[in-house]
Amino acid sequence: MKVTVEVNGTTYSDDVEPRLLLVHYIRENCGLTGTNVGCDTSSCGACTIHLNGESVKSCTVLAAQADGQKVTTIEGLANGDQLHPMQQAFHENHALQCGYCTPGMIMASVSLLDEIPNPTEAQVREGLEGNLCRCTGYHNIVKAVLAAAEGKVGAQ
Amino acid sequence: MIPVAFDYKRAGSAEEAIALIAEYGDDAKLLAGGHSLLPLMKLRLATPSVLVDVGRLSDLSYITDAGDHLAIGALTRHRDVETSELLAAQSPLLAHSAANVGDNQVRHRGTIGGSVAHADPASDLPATLLALGATFVAKGPGGERTIAATDFFEGFLESALAADELLTEIRVPKTPGAGWGYQKFNRRAQDWAIVGCSVIRNGTTGVALVNMGSTPLRATAVEQAIAQGASAKDAAEFAAEGTEPPSDLNASPDYRRHLAKVLVRRALEAAGV
Ligand SMILES: Cc1cc2nc3c(=O)[nH]c(=O)nc-3n(C[C@H](O)[C@H](O)[C@H](O)COP(=O)(O)OP(=O)(O)OC[C@H]3O[C@@H](n4cnc5c(N)ncnc54)[C@H](O)[C@@H]3O)c2cc1C
Ligand code: FES
Ligand code: FES
Repeated sequence: MKVTVEVNGTTYSDDVEPRLLLVHYIRENCGLTGTNVGCDTSSCGACTIHLNGESVKSCTVLAAQADGQKVTTIEGLANGDQLHPMQQAFHENHALQCGYCTPGMIMASVSLLDEIPNPTEAQVREGLEGNLCRCTGYHNIVKAVLAAAEGKVGAQ
Repeated sequence: MIPVAFDYKRAGSAEEAIALIAEYGDDAKLLAGGHSLLPLMKLRLATPSVLVDVGRLSDLSYITDAGDHLAIGALTRHRDVETSELLAAQSPLLAHSAANVGDNQVRHRGTIGGSVAHADPASDLPATLLALGATFVAKGPGGERTIAATDFFEGFLESALAADELLTEIRVPKTPGAGWGYQKFNRRAQDWAIVGCSVIRNGTTGVALVNMGSTPLRATAVEQAIAQGASAKDAAEFAAEGTEPPSDLNASPDYRRHLAKVLVRRALEAAGV
C-alpha cells in the first residue's frame, strides 16, 4: 500500500507492506536512524517519536496508521546547529551515559512538557514511566527535564 | 518482531467498518489504538489476515453529558478520559482509572473501546466500568444493542460482542461527589495490575477486582458485607471469595488473595466506607 508521511517537515511517500512498523519506516525508508529499537515489545520507550505532536512508541504503530499524519523524530528537534532546549538540558545535566535511551527519553520529555509545562519532580518521574534507562539511574534525566521546564539551559 | 502479513483497510465510518468486518468474516480484526492487538500480532499470537482500522473514526471520540448518564465514544483515547473536565466532575473514578493505564505513550494511542473489547481481566478500565455499572453500545449488521457490563465479560479475552459487532459507546452513570477508590499493585510503573480494586460509593457500594480471575469480577461478598454495615476492614476479609486468581511470574494465587484483601480495604477506606 501507499503511505505518505510528513517526517520532520519533509514529505515521504512509499509503497510499503501493511505490516511495516512505523519505527522501521522511519529508520529504513526515511533513513532516520536516531530513533532506536530497544525492546520491540512496547516496554522501553527507546522508539518514542511524536505522532501529531504527542509521544508514541513507534514499534507499536503501523506505518499505515501514520499515513497522512505528521511525525517528529529526534532529528527534527534541533534548529540547525542550535540544540532544542531539551537536548541542551540533557547535555548540560549529564542526563545520558551510553545514549541508547536518549532519543526516546528526549521525545517523551518534550511531549511531557507540552502537556504539563511546570511539572513537579514526581510528575516528571511518572511522566517518563514508559521510558527505561539502564545507565543513569534517572536522577540526572529528571534534573534535565526540570531544568528545561524552568528555562535553565545554556546558562553555564 | 514482524506480524504475519495482512491486508489493511481503513474504515471511513462505523457503517463501513461493520460492512468490512462482515465481508471478511472471522479472518478480519478491528484495529483501534492497536496497543493490545499489535503487540499480540508481533508475537504472532494473533494472525488476522485483514485489519479494519477504525482509529480515524473521530465521530466516535467524545465524552458528553447525556442527561441521566455520561456517554463516551468507543474511540476515545485513555489520555482524553484521563484529562476530561467533565469526567473529573462527574466520574472521577473513571478518569483516575484511565490515568493508571500503562504510560503516557500508551495513553496517547489506546482507546476505552479497545480496552473493553479486549476484555483483559488485568486491565484497569473493565473493572472500573463493572463497579460503576456501565452499559456498552454495540452496532452490527442487524442494528444496535446495549449490553450491561455485568453481562459483557464472558471469559479470558472473551466478551459478549459478536465478531461482526463494533463497540460504539460506553455509558456510565453520573457520580458527582460520590466516594471512590482505585488501588493498583504492580512492580513496574507502566505495567498491568498484579491485582487491582475499584470502588464506587454512591448510596450503595460497588466493588470490582482486577486480575483475580479470567474476567474482571464484582466482589459481591464484600458488597453484601458493606450493605449489612460491616467496616472496611471486616468487609475486605471477603475480597477473595468466589475468585480464581491466576498464577504467573509475578504472583501465586495465594499472594493475589492476600493482595486483594489489602487493596480492597484501602480502596474502601479511600471511598469513605
Ligand atoms: C506497554 C503497554 C502497557 C499497558 N499497560 C496497561 C495497563 O497498565 N492497564 C491497562 O488496562 N491496559 C494497559 N495496556 C493496554 C492498553 O490499555 C490498550 O490500549 C487497550 O487495552 C486496548 O485499546 P486499543 O485501542 O489499543 O485496542 P486495539 O489493540 O486496537 O484492539 C484490542 C482488541 O479490541 C478490539 N477492538 C478495538 N476497538 C474495538 C471496537 N470499537 N469495537 C469492537 N472491537 C474493538 C480489536 O479488534 C482487538 O481485538 C498497555 C499496553 C501497552 C502496549
Ligand atoms: S522499542 Fe518500542 S518500546 Fe521498546
Ligand atoms: S543512557 Fe544508557 S540506557 Fe539510558
